[in-house]
Amino acid sequence: MTARPTIERIDAYPTRTIGGFSVRAGRPLPFGATPVPGGVNFSVYSNNATAMTLVLYRAGESEPMAELPFPDSYVIGGVYSMTVFDLDVEDIEYGYRAYGPFDPERGHRFDPSVVLADPYARLMSDASTGPRRSRVALDDFDWEDDRPLRLPHEDLVIYELHARGFTKDPSSGVSAPGTYAGLIEKIPYLRELGVNCVELLPIFEFDENDNPRSHPVTGEPLSNYWGYNTVAYFAPKASYASTGRYGMQADEFKNLVKHLHKAGIEVILDVVFNHTAEGNEHGPTISFKGLDNATYYMLTPDGHYYNFSGTGNTLNCNNPVVRGFVLDCLRYWASEYHIDGFRFDLAAILGRGPDGSLLWNPPLLESLAYDPVLRDCKLIAEAWDAAGLYQVGSFPNYCRWSEWNGRYRDTVRRFVKGDTGVAGDLATRMVGSPDLYAQRGTSATINFVLCHDGFTLNDLVSYNEKHNYANGEDNRDGDNNNQSWNCGHEGPTDDPEVLALRGRQMRNVLMILLASQGVPMILAGDEVGRTQQGNNNAYCHDGPMTWFDWDLVGRNADLLRFVRKAIRFRQAHPVLRRGPASAVSWHGVRPWTADWSEGCRVLAGMFDAGADDCVYVAANSHWEGHSLELPAPPAGTVWHVFADTAAPTPLDAHEPGAEPPLQDQSRVDVGPRSVVVLVAHGAAGAGGQAEQRDNGKEE
Amino acid sequence: MRLSTEVRGDVTVIALEGSLDSRTAPQAQQEIEALFPEEGLVLLDLSGTTYMSSAGLRVLLLIYRRSQNGGARLALTGVPEEVHDIMAATGFLDFFTVAGSVEDGVKALTV
Repeated sequence: MTARPTIERIDAYPTRTIGGFSVRAGRPLPFGATPVPGGVNFSVYSNNATAMTLVLYRAGESEPMAELPFPDSYVIGGVYSMTVFDLDVEDIEYGYRAYGPFDPERGHRFDPSVVLADPYARLMSDASTGPRRSRVALDDFDWEDDRPLRLPHEDLVIYELHARGFTKDPSSGVSAPGTYAGLIEKIPYLRELGVNCVELLPIFEFDENDNPRSHPVTGEPLSNYWGYNTVAYFAPKASYASTGRYGMQADEFKNLVKHLHKAGIEVILDVVFNHTAEGNEHGPTISFKGLDNATYYMLTPDGHYYNFSGTGNTLNCNNPVVRGFVLDCLRYWASEYHIDGFRFDLAAILGRGPDGSLLWNPPLLESLAYDPVLRDCKLIAEAWDAAGLYQVGSFPNYCRWSEWNGRYRDTVRRFVKGDTGVAGDLATRMVGSPDLYAQRGTSATINFVLCHDGFTLNDLVSYNEKHNYANGEDNRDGDNNNQSWNCGHEGPTDDPEVLALRGRQMRNVLMILLASQGVPMILAGDEVGRTQQGNNNAYCHDGPMTWFDWDLVGRNADLLRFVRKAIRFRQAHPVLRRGPASAVSWHGVRPWTADWSEGCRVLAGMFDAGADDCVYVAANSHWEGHSLELPAPPAGTVWHVFADTAAPTPLDAHEPGAEPPLQDQSRVDVGPRSVVVLVAHGAAGAGGQAEQRDNGKEE
Repeated sequence: MRLSTEVRGDVTVIALEGSLDSRTAPQAQQEIEALFPEEGLVLLDLSGTTYMSSAGLRVLLLIYRRSQNGGARLALTGVPEEVHDIMAATGFLDFFTVAGSVEDGVKALTV
């Protein structure tokens, strides 16, 4: 039981008293507040500050308990560091007063009347229990043998979810709704669905009340639910933790990651390095603005904020100091939280220089691509920004960065709703978009049709127009170009024909997505037909409109069953995940004769990697059915039917590996607005056994 | 924070009373370790704890890790509901055998 005695450090003793606290010169590295023997080491940097004061609070109290100016001898370069002894790390909060010029024209906005949050704060207090302030984290979580999973990128099926909204609705039935702990209770659902990666909307501490608008009908204040307004980049969102009021959000989030990893599910974080929660000159001073405004933000020559993010400010990502900050941050999440990857919001901004110009070799993106700590992390760019820079297919990638493929989204939407002239483009999208990502394999493209930003899948097939009145901007906000079709009626209906068509259209979208080369991403809830009542910009609603309604799991069990099977089918067929694109041949009403003409709405692709792995996907967006002559399957095999979105459930999708054989091997009927998927199996293969095993029953 | 011990068969029962937080944790840890048998079975009875902070939970995990290295076996009983919820949410609970009563704890350790 007795541990070997360790040699005591000689710097574990104070050398003087400041502000009533025993202190000594601190260590500049690491930045932030770090527990050390006998005390806490505080380190903060600013190249333009002239002086700095550490401000200490007892947790939750409005007034400081001490202010400790950094003596000159505690400053190395622009780094101020001090070790303070005898602090109760659980009961203190801290911040800094930074002194320097207030000279906006030169970019400086120092204001020592404001106590600033530490940009490196690893914990922030839960704003529901008092002021939101920096706290000290212990970072001693017991991971046992866990580590990032390192699943092959091209094998991922990504599921984009909101860590609070996924379980906040009472229908979730979890013990702590809306929290990291609550999400753990839904891991069996994710496993059964078959996804192997969750992409979490922002979980860095943000200000959920950052919204000046109120609901036009109820008058209630609107929120910032999505969380794309980061306050503290090293701190997990406290209010998403059931233990946030005890300051244990870091442990709770790490425990979530550990449990997801045990279930074989990777964790990707949506990170927002293009802007901060501080807005422009009219926004609040929280941290960066008061610490070193001219360094952290892109400023015009006369000191105004560039606004490439559409939110008021733009983080100066390719400034060497800020670049170091971003790298420190991501290294921390990868090493301390075992995060498997990052999705970068408005990542095109990360390729801009301090004056906003486009860099051909952006040092930040290059650093992240080659960093050893991040080597196995997936790096995914939202390759555009709010100032019109659109880099899908041209984002600086270093053979490392993947992209949200906006072209994929637009093309699938247009094809499925019946636009003409899209069949050729759809073929390109379904083989990993080689026009955009030649030579880069199938992991370069993140294929998606829906994401948090826009319609849900149900709403894509239920609304022609956005319905955003509840957002308080007279329906002006949100994208007008949705490429959606309501199937004959705007919004909810009980017309069985419209409902049947919508069910088919949803299956068509999901089947094309899951049968495309490239990494598919599914928006949480789309597998059960979640609706936002036509709202395509629901960032400001923290309520039933945006929360996952778990009653849908029962109500739309047929759709869920279809998606589960389609994911399992994808995982059973490497040719759908890894390519190559050259394994795919194109067909039409006649085999080996694809119709690329303007008016064509029928496309069939044979993904052929040999007898064990050959899949034929036929998509018909025409309102009439078509009979397609089939290419011959690989020698020794016959075609079996995996999916037919026109067939009544449960015949719309069969158990992968146990599909029934196709009666007429020479042709297949593809119904109006339908997708059919065939798979080659040995003549006496899975099919015969499958029919016996299935016996008309599914699951 | 007060500690008391009692031997039940092969099991040393250590009862904690009072608040286990960052102020009391270092001392509590030392004292618990002093009461720990070199090898053997230990039941920590938390029914008398009035408050358990993050630092208190860390003491429990530290003791668990030390006991593992030393060849002792450890179980908990009398875990207050709120503490139980925190331990569940943060994964601390996964490391421990938790019994509903001292008797059950003794039984769990001696089976």
